[in-house]
Amino acid sequence: MSLLELRDLHITYRSERGDVPAVRGVDLTIDPGETIGLAGESGCGKSTIAGAVLRLLPKETLIEGQVLLDGEDVYQMRPGELRAVRWTSAAIVFQGALHALNPVQRVGKQIAEAILLHSTQSKKAAQDRVGDLLERVGLPANRARSYPHQLSGGQRQRVLIALALACEPKLLIADEPTTALDVMVQAQVLELLAELQRDRGLGLLFITHDLSVLTSTCERLAVMYAGRIVEDGPSHDVFGTPEHPYSAALTRAFPTIGDHASRMRPSGLAGDPPNPANLPSGCPFHPRCDRAVDDCSVADIELRPLGIGRHAACIHIPTSGGDDGE
Amino acid sequence: MRARFVAGKVFGALGTFVFVLVFNFFLFRVVNDDPTGKLFRGRNLSQAQLDRRRQEFNLDGTKFEQFLAYLKQTVSGNLGDSFLSRRPVTTEIREALWPTIALVGTSTILSMLIGIMLGIAAGWRRRSKVDVGATSFAMFTYSVPDFWLGMVLLAFFAVRWPWFPTGGFEDAGSTATGLSALLDQAHHMALPCITLTLAYIGEYMIVMRSSLLDTVNEDFLQLARAKGLRDVAVRRRHAVPNALLPVVSLSALNFGYVLSGAIAVESIYSWPGIGQATLEAIRGPDFPMLQGLFLLFSASMIIANLAVDLLYGLLDPRVRGR
Amino acid sequence: MSDADETLDVAPTTFSPRAFRWQRRRASAADFWSRFRGDRLALLGLIVLLVFIVMAIAAPWISPKEGLSAVDSIDNPTWAPPGRGYPLGTDNLGRSVAAQFVWGSRVSLWVGLSATVLTIAIGAAVGVTAGFFGRWTDATLMRLTDWFLVIPFLPLAIVLASVLDRSLRNVVLVIAITSWPGTARLVRAQVLTVKQRLYVDRARALGANRAHVIRRHILPNVAPLILANLTLAVPISILTETTLAFLGLGDPTRASWGKTLEEAFNAGAISRNAWWYYVPAGAGIVMVVLAFTLVGRAIEEILDPRLREGGA
Ligand SMILES: Nc1ncnc2c1ncn2[C@@H]1O[C@H](COP(=O)(O)OP(=O)(O)OP(=O)(O)O)[C@@H](O)[C@H]1O
Ligand code: SF4
Ligand SMILES: [Mg+2]
Repeated sequence: MSLLELRDLHITYRSERGDVPAVRGVDLTIDPGETIGLAGESGCGKSTIAGAVLRLLPKETLIEGQVLLDGEDVYQMRPGELRAVRWTSAAIVFQGALHALNPVQRVGKQIAEAILLHSTQSKKAAQDRVGDLLERVGLPANRARSYPHQLSGGQRQRVLIALALACEPKLLIADEPTTALDVMVQAQVLELLAELQRDRGLGLLFITHDLSVLTSTCERLAVMYAGRIVEDGPSHDVFGTPEHPYSAALTRAFPTIGDHASRMRPSGLAGDPPNPANLPSGCPFHPRCDRAVDDCSVADIELRPLGIGRHAACIHIPTSGGDDGE
Repeated sequence: MRARFVAGKVFGALGTFVFVLVFNFFLFRVVNDDPTGKLFRGRNLSQAQLDRRRQEFNLDGTKFEQFLAYLKQTVSGNLGDSFLSRRPVTTEIREALWPTIALVGTSTILSMLIGIMLGIAAGWRRRSKVDVGATSFAMFTYSVPDFWLGMVLLAFFAVRWPWFPTGGFEDAGSTATGLSALLDQAHHMALPCITLTLAYIGEYMIVMRSSLLDTVNEDFLQLARAKGLRDVAVRRRHAVPNALLPVVSLSALNFGYVLSGAIAVESIYSWPGIGQATLEAIRGPDFPMLQGLFLLFSASMIIANLAVDLLYGLLDPRVRGR
Repeated sequence: MSDADETLDVAPTTFSPRAFRWQRRRASAADFWSRFRGDRLALLGLIVLLVFIVMAIAAPWISPKEGLSAVDSIDNPTWAPPGRGYPLGTDNLGRSVAAQFVWGSRVSLWVGLSATVLTIAIGAAVGVTAGFFGRWTDATLMRLTDWFLVIPFLPLAIVLASVLDRSLRNVVLVIAITSWPGTARLVRAQVLTVKQRLYVDRARALGANRAHVIRRHILPNVAPLILANLTLAVPISILTETTLAFLGLGDPTRASWGKTLEEAFNAGAISRNAWWYYVPAGAGIVMVVLAFTLVGRAIEEILDPRLREGGA
């Protein structure tokens, strides 16, 4: 059974200024031990998907489609069941390590809290385990007594990873775990994640705007644009021979790592990422696309199969007569 | 590092106190350069008596000489004698201190606890019934002058239904001791205490609520929820401790108002505290007494401010580290 | 931010800058009103305020001034409950409580408004000066502000009112002198943010003089904040005036709500169950203060983008 399965997931935020369709029909499957990369510009809906998996989005948010964790629909669970699967079936390494930790609580306590919540261990045992976890992510065990502001960015990121591992989840969702870090630390954190994934046979959903990070870590890649996956497939194929003009643009220019501007415009692509509250018609990429044709602004193009386990959503991909392979 | 933080704050507080000393001199001897003249206008007081009061209040000589005389006297802890009772101001103040601390201190603590709890309930569920109710209540009590509230409560619960005494600290001529004296005093304190508590709750409630509202969208609450914590635990263990900081400083600050906060309400209930003393000094006018009270009020504010700064350092690890 | 960009984009180049400014102001005033109208409580507050303002202005026609004088009321019944001839009854001297209520609203509103305007004027002057000139001017003024912030508000007002003569003008003065520091801090912070923005620097680089920069760039951006602050400060001024009057520090020659309450209390209205003597004045204060608070809150909510966004 898959660890995680998203079926035609649609997510619409409700705000006072109107609805924001942040995710518009995403299918995604992660099997045990598999690593999948999810890439796309800022605002394309990556974190929204992460939040939806553990049902963390604001409660007025409209969610259609299904989110299956270990085959069970997260949105059909009773509150008790939901709390029980949180952090045990899947855990999240949240984006923005600075704000994800409670500033007035020692980090050790924040990790121990998760352990105590989901097990019957004694406080003492939990504390020992916190030390082990911290050492596992390359921090001295006595760091447990630190407050978040006393740690560097890289150290905080490691704490968040340790925290995510606390209840031995089968699936780890890492939301831009390397974004705010400098190159050296970035490499270390990537190495750590890869190692953990190998050791424990974790399923890993790796979210980033930085394609180059994904190719070395992930078997499969999904590229998102404006709330939809526009191309997916084995990462070497997607990276080597991108079929969708947006993926191509992403691969063309490697972003400068750690450069803030490259976050907003990963490939030096002209124009701004679209505003999900006001998307362009047809293929939402058409205002920025260098291969756009007239039909692009009217036709609604779905993912089309492209060889084995590969899809892309572009008018230039030939439709293969009804074979809507999944 | 830490010693420097504390020393800096203490030094700042001392500076403020010096300012208050100078300002006090201005108030009583420069804004109105001979307040005693106004004092005894139209009263039957001989020139000799008047001169004595002037001299007592350091109003002879040039302004500079007056300032030095005033400074010397005040710094040595002598606040002069009351114009009315002819007793030392320090004695007068000391006697009035306890009733006020008991009354306003109790009300401050009560309102703090109730206000914070209401604020948490309201802020955590924005626009819920609890929120709307608590917010309206806070806005209403904020709009009511505390002494008028006291008058209305007095009219209902001491006159219409005489459940409580109409005023004073204990029954007239009471000789009770021990527990029964304490009960008697509590009975007298109840109405003024309810009045002040109602008057203060709103502020705590509003501050707690808005502070919690600022917290509810924080990422670390998202994480706490993701861990599988119950809603109440997320609130109690993560949201409230973070949102409490501004409320704690407000509370500490309000302890600085304990002495000066209930002047009008004390007078409604003839509570023999600092507030009554102030009112009598105003009616006098009794300048040495007013001056002493003003110094006392300012000093307690300065101390409360200092306490806030130090508390912040203690409670927020981020401030402490620096 | 995107709002500003849009307005710049649509600015017709043929317009004179002044006409353009006016057009923008009219548009934002209309926008403001439509938002304000959406807040029912604020609208209610506004109506209550208008009623009281009309009453205060029309006092001489509603209720002749003689009603306030003990000498002219010597033949009236004392402690008369509300009834014919005395809609709100009479007090211990036979004076009409209704007359005191009507005339008292004048003092409350007048002191509340003028003291607040003076407070804000002092606070804004200090805040703008400190924020704009920076350096030692800022340091000195802010030190002073901090000192004043520490001095307890009501005791200072009491002491000031005791050493000064008792007049309405002095009450206004006392309130302003005791309450400006908060505004000064707020305004200064806002000025600093505005100053950060590029265009001020650009305007200065182009050779605009300081007065021009303050008038054209700083003040328009600080004004909304000042406006919201103003509405929210009026209740404090009114309550302070009431308390001072109740403590016998108001103008002894004028009927004010606080003075009515003082006289009612001292005359023993409570033990006599003469509710009509002290309830109207108190209720008047509550209504006016509440109305200002409701209106002020709405204005603040409309003007403060942070609050607007938090409206999830
Ligand atoms: N609570 C919310 N209410 C309304 N809109 C929201 C909310 N949260 C996110 N959005 C919008 O939804 C869109 C997707 O947001 P999301 O955080 O998923 O993007 P992302 O791909 O993770 O971007 P980034 O790379 O910046 O993290 C954005 O346009 C964002 O503005
Ligand atoms: S569908 Fe058209 S606009 Fe969209 S990516 Fe393909 S070519 Fe570009
Ligand atoms: Mg994100």
